[in-house]
Amino acid sequence: MSAAVASSSLLPELIQHFSHIITVFLMVSGLYIVIARGNLIKKLVGLSVFQTSVYLLYIAPGKIIGGTAPILASQYGVYSNPLPHVLILTAIVVGVATLALGLTLAVRLREAYGTIEEDEILALDQQAELEE
Amino acid sequence: MAIAVVAMIRLRNLFAVVVLSGIYSFLMATLLVALDAVDVAMTEAAVGAGVSTVLLLGALHLCRSEEAKPAHRPWLPLAVSASTAGLLIYGALGLPDFSDPEAPIHQHVAPRYLQNEVDVPNVVTAVLASFRGYDTLGETTVVFTAGAGIVALLRRRRKGGGQEPPKP
Repeated sequence: MSAAVASSSLLPELIQHFSHIITVFLMVSGLYIVIARGNLIKKLVGLSVFQTSVYLLYIAPGKIIGGTAPILASQYGVYSNPLPHVLILTAIVVGVATLALGLTLAVRLREAYGTIEEDEILALDQQAELEE
Repeated sequence: MAIAVVAMIRLRNLFAVVVLSGIYSFLMATLLVALDAVDVAMTEAAVGAGVSTVLLLGALHLCRSEEAKPAHRPWLPLAVSASTAGLLIYGALGLPDFSDPEAPIHQHVAPRYLQNEVDVPNVVTAVLASFRGYDTLGETTVVFTAGAGIVALLRRRRKGGGQEPPKP
């Protein structure tokens, strides 16, 4: 009985926060790729998935149902919030810059070690330490 | 989009992962159009789906495009991710409802931005260029630093020869 009441009050709550739930799902899957996968390029892809989830986190609360994009025109009165859009425009460009830097590091590591798998790099490091 | 992400986790062929991340970026751009963020959607489609994919493909060209089998079971990362998800959803339940016009985000500076003080009809451009110009200065600094770092790494590579993925 009480469980039924709880679920009936939880369901509309979850629908109201659907955008947050999608954001959390994307964020956590990006985190999972970064932690669980050893390949450096795949880690960077995971990092960019994490980043796009942050875009969604910022943009979604600015939306007003029935509003339009924030380009002023006399026939519209309600606009979505323009401030998150500005912040995220900056974030996208910075994200690509960091992605490029990370990829360059991966390519350099591949030149130095001949592999971009984290485990193999660590093993090579340990081997070098033992030989010293 | 969720399907694309799950496939990205499962697949070990990095080429497929990169192409899927391009598709994912386009889907994200579509979603941003639906959320009225047309400027952001345009940038995401051009930069996220275009430049990032080119960069990733350039890096793949220089590296092996097959991922090794994971050495250990993924239970610990899975547990960390799941508990983070639980905490975040619990926290998100305290946030304002979706599309609530009374939410704090719509009360603070946004109404003033929408008054068209600088005579540019696209409010995003007006805020970017007039109200928050320092953001763009910082962004340029970050991009410059990244470019300088890439050039520094590239210079050391030159001795060994080889090619560098294109810089944005």
